[in-house]
Amino acid sequence: MNQAIDYTAILPELILAGTIVLVLVVDAFLSPARKWMTMPLAFAGVVASLIATLTLIGDDRSTFGGAFVVDEFALLFKVFFLTVALLVLMVSFRYIREGRFYQGEFYFLVLTSFLGCLLMPSSRDLLMLFISLELVSAPGFVMAAFRKSDPRSNEAGIKFFLFGVLSTAVMLYGMSLIYGLTGSLNLTEIGRALATPLPPGRETMALASILFIVAGFAFKVSAVPFQFWAPDTYEGAPVPVAAFLATASKAAGFAGLLQLMFVAFPAQYEFWTPIFAVLSILTMTIGNFVALQQRQVVRLLAYSSIAQAGYMLLPFALVSANPVINQDAFAAAVTYILIYAVMTLGAFAVVIAMAKESRGLLITDFAGLSRRAPVIAVAMTLFMVSLAGIPPLAGFWAKFLVFQVAIQRGGIGTALAIIMVVNSVVSLSYYLAVPKQMLFVDGEHERPLVAPAMVTAVAVLASVVVVAVGVWPELLAHFPPLSTLVGQ
Amino acid sequence: MTWENSAITIATLLPLVGALVIALVPRQYDKGVRALGIVFTGAALAFAIAITFTFDYGASGLQFQLNVPWIPAIDARYHVGIDGISLPLYVLTFVLSFLCAIYTWRIVPSPGKTKAFIALMLLLETGMAGTFIAFDLILFFVFWELVLVPMYFLIGIWGSANREYAAIKFFLYTLFGSVFMLLGFLAMFFNSDIGGGVHTFDIIALQDYAASGGFSHAFQLVVFAAVGLGFAVKVPMWPFHTWLPDAHTEAPTIGSVLLAGVMLKMGGYGFIRIALPILPYGAQKYAPWIGLLAAIAIVYAALACLAQKDLKRLIAFSSVGHMGFVMLGIATLTSIGINAAIFGMVAHGLITGMLFFCVGSLYDRYHTREIAEIGGGVMQKLPYLGGVFAFVAIASLGLPGLAGFWGEVMALLSSFSPAQPLSTPLFRAFMIAGGVGTILTAGYFLWMLQRVNMGTLPEKWKSQAFGDVVAVEWASWVPLLVGIVVLGLFPSLLTDVTQVPVNSLLGLFGA
Repeated sequence: MNQAIDYTAILPELILAGTIVLVLVVDAFLSPARKWMTMPLAFAGVVASLIATLTLIGDDRSTFGGAFVVDEFALLFKVFFLTVALLVLMVSFRYIREGRFYQGEFYFLVLTSFLGCLLMPSSRDLLMLFISLELVSAPGFVMAAFRKSDPRSNEAGIKFFLFGVLSTAVMLYGMSLIYGLTGSLNLTEIGRALATPLPPGRETMALASILFIVAGFAFKVSAVPFQFWAPDTYEGAPVPVAAFLATASKAAGFAGLLQLMFVAFPAQYEFWTPIFAVLSILTMTIGNFVALQQRQVVRLLAYSSIAQAGYMLLPFALVSANPVINQDAFAAAVTYILIYAVMTLGAFAVVIAMAKESRGLLITDFAGLSRRAPVIAVAMTLFMVSLAGIPPLAGFWAKFLVFQVAIQRGGIGTALAIIMVVNSVVSLSYYLAVPKQMLFVDGEHERPLVAPAMVTAVAVLASVVVVAVGVWPELLAHFPPLSTLVGQ
Repeated sequence: MTWENSAITIATLLPLVGALVIALVPRQYDKGVRALGIVFTGAALAFAIAITFTFDYGASGLQFQLNVPWIPAIDARYHVGIDGISLPLYVLTFVLSFLCAIYTWRIVPSPGKTKAFIALMLLLETGMAGTFIAFDLILFFVFWELVLVPMYFLIGIWGSANREYAAIKFFLYTLFGSVFMLLGFLAMFFNSDIGGGVHTFDIIALQDYAASGGFSHAFQLVVFAAVGLGFAVKVPMWPFHTWLPDAHTEAPTIGSVLLAGVMLKMGGYGFIRIALPILPYGAQKYAPWIGLLAAIAIVYAALACLAQKDLKRLIAFSSVGHMGFVMLGIATLTSIGINAAIFGMVAHGLITGMLFFCVGSLYDRYHTREIAEIGGGVMQKLPYLGGVFAFVAIASLGLPGLAGFWGEVMALLSSFSPAQPLSTPLFRAFMIAGGVGTILTAGYFLWMLQRVNMGTLPEKWKSQAFGDVVAVEWASWVPLLVGIVVLGLFPSLLTDVTQVPVNSLLGLFGA
């Protein structure tokens, strides 16, 4: 197994890793007034990494003995993660600079998390998968507690850490059992080994270990009943960190879960689809109904992200013996995750714009925003309506694709689709709470809200994507067919 | 691009273009924005009128068709077209929108924000018009939902006291119905087969597939329930009507006019265009229930009207009753019944739109909608406004010779002898209920006129200097008043348009 390493394949990761080291070193030599310069440095590194990724498009590469693969699925997610990284850096800049945080360390941690994200969709063996997942999470623990003087931020960090470590332990246990059963770490080989009939005792053990791994990932994607950490962590963490956790970190968890379920464990679908059905129903329903009670915007978005995770889990429950449906379910899940991330990131950008003047970030603080900052108010309205899935916005098509596969699947799929549409209607009432304040209620004063230019830019960019995809959903079809993983 | 394949697309999208243009106009040009609203709705109306002149009234198929790929990934196409069923409702949309734009010249409800008001109104117009020409289920659904957001904001921002509650109730209720409709559409798609296992969202292709017996009976029963729920909430059929009195009452005047005048028709149109022809077996099985709910709606709404203290709420409830006649006509599954439904919808659009204009203008002067507060004597104080109001109320109660009469009488007539598999005694019972309803309708309208128009003017209003109907109001009302009389005297103007397509539609039932 002593092969040469394909450096071209890992070039984006190498560039990002280099940037991370550079940021840390340069930061040490900058005077406090100039610490902000680490952000342009980090930004440039991510852009370089993005360019390197774009040059890989069309390639199919594999290195480290098949543990690291570059294919359409991986590239789609890599481009997505790097774009999100750019946006997160943009919305963080003023917040971190003016909030008297350790700037260099913050960008170091953010980029490290994104390095994990970048590795995740390329990881095709259990060990790589585990390392990338931890690389995403570990800096997250520190970042969540970055508002050191605020007890809530400390609580956020410690909660996230404890839950994260527990889930990791459970997942790792499941992975070790799988290795013991199949003698391989490679996902494709595991899939092959599990597809052959197993002796009775081993069958049970395989199912138990799948359950452990699913439980571990359920923590990462904040699925009910493993969601408790999310609202507290999002609320306590600095808002840009919450934005990162709700978008990139969650998407990374889903990228890993998709590979495991569709590549390593498809043979056992009869066992795990009901589990996903239950997870999905609980997650969307509890997320939505608790969100109805929220008064604080970040918590609202946290519960919204839980409910949305329920919609993303639904395609997993649709897997069957029919490869056509499996491919469509896979594509629906991927599309949903990407569109969800755009909408949520945009919404967080608006919250960051508000964060400076409104410490508590209550929903009522948004009152009269349409007069004070019309651009931001319109963008936020678009994100909220799109998250609720109203056409013609991007969020509708995300939901539409899920409905489509569910109805095509029939049986349990129809039942799940009905539960999901009822949930979508319920979600509308809390999503509209924010636009209601911004548009229907007059604020205490009419002083214009000056948002940092980069934050406004992110909000506008995200709303343009939401409208463009909504009006011309064929844009989505220009994604690769996403079939490289499924149905091999 | 020819006139034939682009006219309806241009007419439908012109208001949307107008909304974008208005978004770019600086805020201080208030009157300029209102003028732009009139220009764009007027231009769209001009297109619509030109379409009526180039329309071939003898043909039965779709005209002005355009069928191009839209979202190949999900097999959705941009398929638009128009036939005799769509045409009256399509033109009605442009007429009412244009008149609303004129009405807005005089007054933009509190809290102002003229730009947003007109832009949302134009967006609403595109959504409503698009619904009547879409012949692809996904396109239909997108247009159908496109009306929700602008109407939500029109009610929520420019509505009266209880506007936030009414706005969210309207949005949630109609969304609840339409999401089930979407699932029904998807089920139709996956169970259709236009050769070689290819599925389709195309309404015409689905009709043909259904006519060849493609959909199983069990399938039709389930999907009709899902799709019908979406349409029933929009109509609204009793008991799904509870959003309507709130939404109509709280909405600003033009919101109520468009809501009652056009949006309710989307539900009835959906039944005629999609639910009946694609799911004929389901339609036959559900028809008695639809008829029953329609009969209940007619009587219930009339009784509810008798109990109303708020003038606008009374008109809102009267809409439930009138739409009950529409649904009764549809439920008979006969040619007369469906012609009655379309006639009833157009007449209701003109009459109830006009009633809401009157109530809006009364409110602008009295600043109250309470019947007891107004206290009578409007005829003395405002003879022209009172006269118009009385005329329209009488048209609404179905006086022969005015537009409101034909829809109701044809609906009752059709329920005397419903289509073949339906129970004749049952529908005759519905007919009797409908007849009782017409009497009650006459009762509450006359009683309303007595309390509002007649009597002596209360002391407190005597000193007030109310102006009577002004030029802008005349401009936005006269076309409707003329329409009410013309359709009343010459109902064949409309039935000649709808007759051919309705017959070909009923041909799909194999009857």
